[in-house]
Amino acid sequence: MIVAIASGKGGTGKTTVATSLALAAGCQVRLLDCDVEEPNCHLFLDAPPGEEEIVCLPVPVVDPDRCTACGVCGEVCQFNAIAALPDCALVFPTLCHGCGACTRLCPEDAIHESRRPLGTVSTARVGTVELITGRLTIGEALSPPVVRAVRGRGDGSGTVIVDAPPGTGCPVMASLHGVDVAILVTEPTPFGLHDLTLAVQAVRQLDIPFGVVINRAGCGDDRVQEYCRTEHIPILLEIPQERRIAEAYARGRPLIEAFPEWREPFVELLTNVAKLARTGARPPFARTATGGAQ
Amino acid sequence: MKVAVTAERPDWDAPVDPRFGRAMSFLIVDTEARTLEAIDNSSGRDAAQGAGIQAATTISRSGAKALLTGHCGPKAFSALSAAGITIYTGVTGTVAEAIDRLNRGDLATASTSDVDGHWA
Repeated sequence: MIVAIASGKGGTGKTTVATSLALAAGCQVRLLDCDVEEPNCHLFLDAPPGEEEIVCLPVPVVDPDRCTACGVCGEVCQFNAIAALPDCALVFPTLCHGCGACTRLCPEDAIHESRRPLGTVSTARVGTVELITGRLTIGEALSPPVVRAVRGRGDGSGTVIVDAPPGTGCPVMASLHGVDVAILVTEPTPFGLHDLTLAVQAVRQLDIPFGVVINRAGCGDDRVQEYCRTEHIPILLEIPQERRIAEAYARGRPLIEAFPEWREPFVELLTNVAKLARTGARPPFARTATGGAQ
Repeated sequence: MKVAVTAERPDWDAPVDPRFGRAMSFLIVDTEARTLEAIDNSSGRDAAQGAGIQAATTISRSGAKALLTGHCGPKAFSALSAAGITIYTGVTGTVAEAIDRLNRGDLATASTSDVDGHWA
């Protein structure tokens, strides 16, 4: 099973949920940190720096001796990465998304591909968790290829937990591609609700079964709950707004390690998302650490 | 000589558009015949990225040998330079005034881009 932890809004608690879910599994799991612009799961798992592999993007190189300036490469490029000028073709590698259209469609076979490094993927093992971290090189703007490289390590058997980046853009789509179920983490604030609705639209379009986790419950109002009720979205877990939870977070401690009473709700969360993944159905109750069925 | 001018409207009295890649339109002016041909730039205005590069391609394929505009970023500048187009930045006023100033030799050519990418 591949579970993605996503959110519309940033800073709602994706990593809090992802790391505790990974630790609650009680068996070998892979945790994929796909928030490649600012990966942070390693801070909570105290992971050693793993072995790094460089992620590269294939970008075109034009052979000026073969190029007849026919302009096909510029016409097929959807990203304006090639200026097809009257006498030559000029490549702008930082705009290239590596789709390969120009290379394949050049009638003169004048384009070959070079590899432009964009970031790294590293693997570290901490107890039962194999942590795979993607890192976009500072100054680079194109993160989806790095996200895809991380996601590529999460196929096959076993439990895989994907910590997605915030938002609903291309890096999020790359993270969610092919997952079995998604947990959308939000907070009960107007911003949390607004961005949750965007995330819901995204996962519905991708046809991924999903539920919501409300973090910092009690800090705002109950419009997120109302929205979930109206939309028949299961609320899988509520984590209350508590200073001690924030303090543990600030010290880089996973929730279920700092507060063992939270282990059981996370074990149950994993069971419920597994059910969602199998059936797409709605689990009946939300639970809190102390409250049981509500 | 054919000269490209970025313009807010496709006519002689239109203000020169200060943007290059995301200009409203490109006017290709024949300075001897005093004729004007307009190229709409809606695709450049709406481009997610690389509007300046796309504009440089359009201008170079129009046959223009010079460009009059407000500002020009680094990628557009290198594409225009590779196409052998003379670039004049900081041009203001109407299209007709800009062409008159060019004809009088009152405009100075740009030797480098004058703004960073993603300007405006």
